[in-house]
Amino acid sequence: MSSPEFAPWDDPSAQPLIQFKNVTKRFGSFTAIDDLAVDIYEREFFALLGASGCGKTTMMRMLAGFETPTSGQIMLAGQEIGAVPPNLRSVNMMFQSYALFPHLSVWDNIAFGLRRERMAKDLIKARVEEMLRLTRLEKFSGRKPHQISGGQRQRVALARSLAKAPKLLLLDEPLGALDKKLRQETQFELMDIQEKTGTTFVIVTHDQEEAMTVASRVAVMDEGQIIQIATPDKIYEAPNSVYVADFIGDVNIITGTARPNGAQQYDIHWSEGHAPLCAQSVSTFSDGQSCHLAIRPEEVLISAEKPENADNTMQGKVLDIAYLGNISTYHVELPNGTVVKAQIANTRRISRRAFTWEDPVWLSWAASAGVLLAK
Amino acid sequence: MIRMSWFNTVSLTLGFAFLYIPMLILILFSFNESKLVTVWAGFSTKWYKELFQNEAFLSAAWVTLKVAVLSSTFATVLGTMAALVLVRAGRFWGRTLFSGMIYAPLVMPEVITGLSLLLLFIGIGLDRGVLTIVLAHTTFAMCYVSVVVSSRLVSFDRSLEEAALDLGCTPLDAFRLVTLPIIAPAVISGWLLAFTLSLDDLVIASFTSGPAATTLPIKIFSAVRLGVSPEINALSTLMIAIVAVGVISASLVTKRQVLRRQRDVQAAQ
Repeated sequence: MSSPEFAPWDDPSAQPLIQFKNVTKRFGSFTAIDDLAVDIYEREFFALLGASGCGKTTMMRMLAGFETPTSGQIMLAGQEIGAVPPNLRSVNMMFQSYALFPHLSVWDNIAFGLRRERMAKDLIKARVEEMLRLTRLEKFSGRKPHQISGGQRQRVALARSLAKAPKLLLLDEPLGALDKKLRQETQFELMDIQEKTGTTFVIVTHDQEEAMTVASRVAVMDEGQIIQIATPDKIYEAPNSVYVADFIGDVNIITGTARPNGAQQYDIHWSEGHAPLCAQSVSTFSDGQSCHLAIRPEEVLISAEKPENADNTMQGKVLDIAYLGNISTYHVELPNGTVVKAQIANTRRISRRAFTWEDPVWLSWAASAGVLLAK
Repeated sequence: MIRMSWFNTVSLTLGFAFLYIPMLILILFSFNESKLVTVWAGFSTKWYKELFQNEAFLSAAWVTLKVAVLSSTFATVLGTMAALVLVRAGRFWGRTLFSGMIYAPLVMPEVITGLSLLLLFIGIGLDRGVLTIVLAHTTFAMCYVSVVVSSRLVSFDRSLEEAALDLGCTPLDAFRLVTLPIIAPAVISGWLLAFTLSLDDLVIASFTSGPAATTLPIKIFSAVRLGVSPEINALSTLMIAIVAVGVISASLVTKRQVLRRQRDVQAAQ
């Protein structure tokens, strides 16, 4: 391997495991998936992220075989699978509701898929026990699904879908039913299991934190189209549109017109009576083109005195303070009514806090802090 | 215990009296020594002994049982299939018409159902007997089965079937291994309902039965026209006993299952 980092999507010679080739899916007059093309590589942990109704579930159901594309092709390991029924695909799915068979024990649930393959009894036994070990469920093998807790059910569902060693595992909102603490633990378990088994995972979620935590790449979807596919850090630091910037994490969006000012430097005229903002951008904007400057709240500094040497400064007063324990978010109102969010890590006790409501403060950020977006 | 107000006590007593006094009288007089139904002459079980020597009653009972088992089984198969189509097939052409037609026999007067079946059997030259009663009972009981089963199917989580397909089942295997075991309680209660309906049907059976086969309700009805005998009281008491045992044991089993499930769920948390 040329690079130790796992990034087959940057390798032009890599063969994708799954290819969507101009796939469209319509339900009556509603277009759920609109001319979608995407490559997913082996051993990837690929996240489909989007608000409900964006088409992510339809995409997953087409991979599982429960829906067939209206047009276009879906390839799995070089073969067209668009019309292959679900029981003949080497793809397994973990359902959002877990869909555990209530009349069967944990053991029989996990063995269900293996029995359909008419595998020898001792092989089934060995495989089921391996799965029980992997998901730490040995003690519960004799129980029925209603006799175990939600977290354990989630692990049974995972074990059952992994038992047949599929080429591709689909996870439909796998952690949606768990409480926050259990969800975070389970995210790391999922990543661990994905690494151990080397299976390609495609996860559908509306929880951006979950997608960012587990995935090697994230696809942000909206209205049946993929808006951006990138690694979690790229999605966060270099979103390609206001939609993505706004969907992933917290962001300040300032809309204005761009005026080139040197190499990759732009002045953003955004409000009468305010000095233009200065921003760097790799993508080019023409003179007078409208643009959106996206700045993460943690990039905005807040201070009592006007900072020296800052690229952008503006004055305002504190409108609101959201205390989140480790960080605080300050909502600062500018004279023209715009509210800008600034985030500060709470390294000092709250009684020592420098600012309070109605305090006049200065905001500042570097020219390289924001991302300049055309749409 | 909470003491009931006098109003509640009176309504409860009146309600139950209204429901059960006729049956209690029937049971009481089945143990009457006298042949006269209205005169009490001491306790005796002799009518039960006579009942078990009455060939005509015994053969009618046997026919009734055969008809009930066969027709409720056929009705369960057909009714479940109809329920599956109506709940699952989505909006196919003529779906509303079909679902209306499935449920229409529920409100159709039995006399009309019976008469139309009689005309059909005469028309195709089918001799009336056990077969015709079975066919007739299957026809009207399958509607009830399909109502019971489809109400269970509506709340059935489709992803269970999808999971079965996903794990390598053919659609038929998915039904056999996952759907059927899960909806089994509804299918069984559909069968029981069909069985009971067939057991006590008089109208349709009297249209479709022939001299070769008489069911118990027809036998009782025609016997009563010649005068109520204590033998019939005894027979009716036995039927009440069988039904009561069935209902009570079924509810006990259900209650135990519910309790065990609650305990399990609590233990799992």
